[in-house]
Amino acid sequence: MMETPALPVPEARSVIPAGLRGIFPVLVALVLLALFQWLVSESPFAVYLLSVMGVNIILAVSLNIVNGMTGQFSIGHAGFMAVGAYISGVLSLNLKEVALSFLPVAASDQVLFTVALLVGGLAAAACGFLVGLPSLRLRGDYLAIVTLGFGEIIRVVVQNTNAFGRALGLSGIPQYSSPYMVYFWVFLVVLVARRIAGSSHGRSLWAIREDEVAAEAMGVDTTGYKVRSFVISSFFAGIAGGLFAHFVPIINPGSFTFVKSMEIVVMVVLGGLGSTTGAIVAAILLTLLPEGMRSLFNALGTEGSLAQKVDQIRMPIYGLLLVVLMLSRPQGLFGVRELWDVLPRWIPRKRRGLS
Amino acid sequence: MAQLLQHLINGLAAGTIYALVALGYTMVYGVLKLINFAHGDVMMVGVYMGYATAFALGREARNSLLGVALIFAVAMLGCALLGFLIERFAYRPLREKPRLTALITAIGISFALSYGFQLDIGFLPGASPRAFPEVIEPKEWIVIGDRDVVVWNWQVISFLIAVALMVALQYLVFRTRFGRAMRAVSWDHRVAALMGIPTDRVIALTFMLGSALAAGAGLLYAIKDTSVSPLMGLYVGLKAFVAAVIGGIGHVPGAVVGALVLGLVEEFVVGYAASTWRDAVAFGFLILVLLVKPGGLFGRVAAEKV
Repeated sequence: MMETPALPVPEARSVIPAGLRGIFPVLVALVLLALFQWLVSESPFAVYLLSVMGVNIILAVSLNIVNGMTGQFSIGHAGFMAVGAYISGVLSLNLKEVALSFLPVAASDQVLFTVALLVGGLAAAACGFLVGLPSLRLRGDYLAIVTLGFGEIIRVVVQNTNAFGRALGLSGIPQYSSPYMVYFWVFLVVLVARRIAGSSHGRSLWAIREDEVAAEAMGVDTTGYKVRSFVISSFFAGIAGGLFAHFVPIINPGSFTFVKSMEIVVMVVLGGLGSTTGAIVAAILLTLLPEGMRSLFNALGTEGSLAQKVDQIRMPIYGLLLVVLMLSRPQGLFGVRELWDVLPRWIPRKRRGLS
Repeated sequence: MAQLLQHLINGLAAGTIYALVALGYTMVYGVLKLINFAHGDVMMVGVYMGYATAFALGREARNSLLGVALIFAVAMLGCALLGFLIERFAYRPLREKPRLTALITAIGISFALSYGFQLDIGFLPGASPRAFPEVIEPKEWIVIGDRDVVVWNWQVISFLIAVALMVALQYLVFRTRFGRAMRAVSWDHRVAALMGIPTDRVIALTFMLGSALAAGAGLLYAIKDTSVSPLMGLYVGLKAFVAAVIGGIGHVPGAVVGALVLGLVEEFVVGYAASTWRDAVAFGFLILVLLVKPGGLFGRVAAEKV
């Protein structure tokens, strides 16, 4: 038997000692948490903004699994978010008075909250399965329209169901959510997305994205993989909705319209279809930018009208942004690369490639 | 029985308007394999053009036959121009790129138009719906029993216009040189170009034709609804798209049948169930059709050639 010569293992150039490298992300997370603690103690608005940002990150990263990695185009993500928000919201409302006797009240609340979140996420995942199964057998454009239609169906169902508060929405959902909980789920979704991208499962997804016919010819069960990525993605959208429902005073069908779906799509496309960190960066940018502009206009002392216009102008700008992006830089900010691939040289980076 | 007949009439009237919009989707899809998401919004812009023209004409002029013709002409020509510009500057540069790129662009244009028109800056109309002026004086033409079954004149007019346009389109696609060029481009635009067909011009003309049809349909819709709003394009456009897919996208008679079926289904839901469920049923019906016949009623799922 011929002996294959051992390939030279490229020496990882890093300023971090080898022993610390494994826990480096955790250290970063600790620093971030400390920063959180500081921000959270500053103002309730910061708490709210951080939570919204986290929810948007979860939505963008989860949508990226379908739109970016698998190359399918879903534009009904807000529908899955709505399923999660309403299911977990109703659950929490009904379990408000319940407390687990063997736990302190705060802990019991968080346990119930987690259960509600999971149920909401699973309901959204089930919807993802139901919608995905017929439409993912078809070409990408059908999926786009069916997901859009699904979002509309959800909206109409909510508007016609008494338990969901009809058009008025649900209020009085216990405010269990905290930035810690939100960013715990951000951590989870990023972990899952990155693990998928690096796994053999992810390789199949990339193959489907690049050329579905070729992937099928190579024996990839394209429908199966597409449905699975769809289910994972909608699960996290449901979680994001559940988190959202537990820190805003009221949820109504107006929070989960086509506009919200488009916002998430813009985040994913801007960050780069297929780039998890790109989705994160774009989600942070598109959450902070409108807020920043609003505060800027307010600070400049211009009439309130200009600050209010920020919200109005945002939507047409998103549309134009998509067009300009597609014409000039269709791969988005990062393409399929991750943040560490585009950072300057002196920062330690992972090896090139998709993983 | 009379009630059933009335619902049938209303459903068919709604269906013909969907059909005209659906034809635009189907034609563009036929030549470019692109779902022109902005189609409904082009329609909305056309309706606003007609609205502006109607006001410019004044009450007397817009009620005359000539006035109505002028309103339709302005809207349809304006939309043809808009369709041309969108194709030239947004879709043509992306023609050789992956299909997803063009789809995202189309969604972007749709979004920019429908939300751009909600701003109240400059000539833009603002978000609130406006009343579309009366251009055809409403008349009840046929009354069976004691107002049991009513046919409005605008229902008959829009039905006739829609049927005439469909017949003209069918003639254009299957009996003319241009139609043959369209079908060739639809089959394979690279080979068509090699055979000396000016593909760019054919595609641009198809876009203009589809956009003009949409403007006409939009005006009929606005006359029926007596209102116009920036979001009407999104909703009517979506319904028309659903109709095109139900009939089998890319198939001209299929789009018409799909639209009539959708119009009837919606009307019966409104009539016998609850009007609030209408939008959900349309999409539910779409998913059902795709489940049973993935290519739509008339379309065939062609294996993708490599």
